[in-house]
Amino acid sequence: MLNTKTISELSAMLEQGDCTSVEIVTDVLAAIDARDGQVGAYLTIDRDSALAAAKEADEKRAAGSKGDLLGVPIAIKDLLNVKGQPCTCASKILDGYTAPYDATVIAKLREAGAILLGRVNMDEFAMGSSTESSALGKTTNPWNADRVPGGSSGGSAACVAADEAVAALGSDTGGSIRQPAAFCGCVGLKPTYGMVSRYGLTAFASSLDQIGPLTKTVKDSAILLEAIAGHDEKDSTSINTDLPMFGKNLTDDHGLAGMKLGLPKEYFVDGMDPEVEKAVRDAVEHCKNLGAEIVDVSLPNSKYAIAVYYIIATAEASANLARFDGIRYGMRLDGKNPIELYGKTRAAGFGPEVKRRIILGTYVLSSGYYDAYYLRAQKVRTLIRNDFIDAFKQCDAILAPVTPTPAYKIGEKSDDPLKMYLDDILTTPVNLAGNCGLSVPCGFSSDGLPIGLQIIGDFFQEASILKVGHAYEQTTDWHRQRPVFKNLTNSSDVTGQRV
Amino acid sequence: MADANHMDVSYIANLARIELTDEETTLFQGQLDQVLEYVDQISELDVSSVEPTAHAVPLVNVLRADELGVSLNHDAVTANAPAERDGQILVPKINEQF
Repeated sequence: MLNTKTISELSAMLEQGDCTSVEIVTDVLAAIDARDGQVGAYLTIDRDSALAAAKEADEKRAAGSKGDLLGVPIAIKDLLNVKGQPCTCASKILDGYTAPYDATVIAKLREAGAILLGRVNMDEFAMGSSTESSALGKTTNPWNADRVPGGSSGGSAACVAADEAVAALGSDTGGSIRQPAAFCGCVGLKPTYGMVSRYGLTAFASSLDQIGPLTKTVKDSAILLEAIAGHDEKDSTSINTDLPMFGKNLTDDHGLAGMKLGLPKEYFVDGMDPEVEKAVRDAVEHCKNLGAEIVDVSLPNSKYAIAVYYIIATAEASANLARFDGIRYGMRLDGKNPIELYGKTRAAGFGPEVKRRIILGTYVLSSGYYDAYYLRAQKVRTLIRNDFIDAFKQCDAILAPVTPTPAYKIGEKSDDPLKMYLDDILTTPVNLAGNCGLSVPCGFSSDGLPIGLQIIGDFFQEASILKVGHAYEQTTDWHRQRPVFKNLTNSSDVTGQRV
Repeated sequence: MADANHMDVSYIANLARIELTDEETTLFQGQLDQVLEYVDQISELDVSSVEPTAHAVPLVNVLRADELGVSLNHDAVTANAPAERDGQILVPKINEQF
């Protein structure tokens, strides 16, 4: 089954003539047909255009074209504009919208010859940590259908973990790539702010959002990052600098001698699941055995990250989501004047979590509260950023858990927004500071749920965290484990199980 | 902001142009008061000498040449409009006098 292979395996096979892109896409579509009734990762599948693009990729390769992504199928989080296709953001308010242009990352994937498989589920407008706030469908964790896949890029993580895509793109505003990657047992990278163009990404919190890959291996993460990174004149915050060859820089030398890895005591928080803590501490020990020097570092302002994040992210969201007003696209409920039209349309089009966050964001920006909330949060953001700058004077990368617990049960936290927000404690600091973070599988709970190791890097030091992640991954076998799907035709009561 | 942990949800929702049902107003009031009480912890820090961070990567103004580029296809844009006539987006009357 070619759908179980990685990008690097498939590109080698394609190059050798051992398989065709049409065969790969056919196998992936078969896996979607068999499993997605249970997993629910996809919102729309571009079956015909994917097969046509695969045929074209095979012809290009036969004519001498090369490339790691040429003919490799990739799933897209449904907040990235793909020309001629819907872009729902898992919201009712974008009902009927057709993207009139390609996001820059999509244009880059097309250029590289990647096959766009379809668009996958997410929390509505990326606001959530479990994909439960999607207005368009339920996504389950491939390892256990009673558990959430994480979020907001839950569809991206679930489709990769279930071998319903070779890789996927997601976006990470407060952990939305790293956390679902940890919950589903795949590799997720949040690049440094400015590494990847945000043009065509539906904005949630513009100073925090970054697009990144969800993949089966660290090497694939590097390959996909290389394809989407770089300056774009359409996003003035994208960095204009020469980037290393992330993929080719990863070698078979898995030693970490000479690397200093920091361990922040603040990231082993109260209430952390002991199995998560043990898996991460074992991973730290493993890195030490590979030759790394482990040093204690401190990120003392981490405890304020959730408070700062939920002020800044909601403030930015309240402004960004003002564009969804029923005038130019999507759903419209008529009113006797524009004000009434806005109010009715937004009432019917947005789900509860999006409404809550817009209201909170409007409040913290409103007259009389701006200084106490928004401005103060921006100042504490500086302290959080400075913590990382200081820590990286002592180490090359930081090791930490991604989440305090493995994937929780569907419905367990969906009625308690604050409880759900608190789970983002270990991922939001990186978005606020702007540096990069990688989630790599590092074990399983006794219930058979994946656990993630977070490798945090300095600004634009993706090469370092990919090196550490690759070395750890290639000398362990967590990433090779796959959920098992049984009774595929009658899947409603089936849960995935560890091999 | 010690006494500010309570917002008037109806008033703010109106500012945000979202009509709420009574049930939503009551539900969000309780949930958001809880969130505000939680985020109030940042008031314990002395940040009087700290500069705010608006963006993760410090940037100065980014300029480009003021040249005409390719715009989106007009039809593709108006095709997304909920109401359209003659290549224009239709909206309700803004001013009752006309």
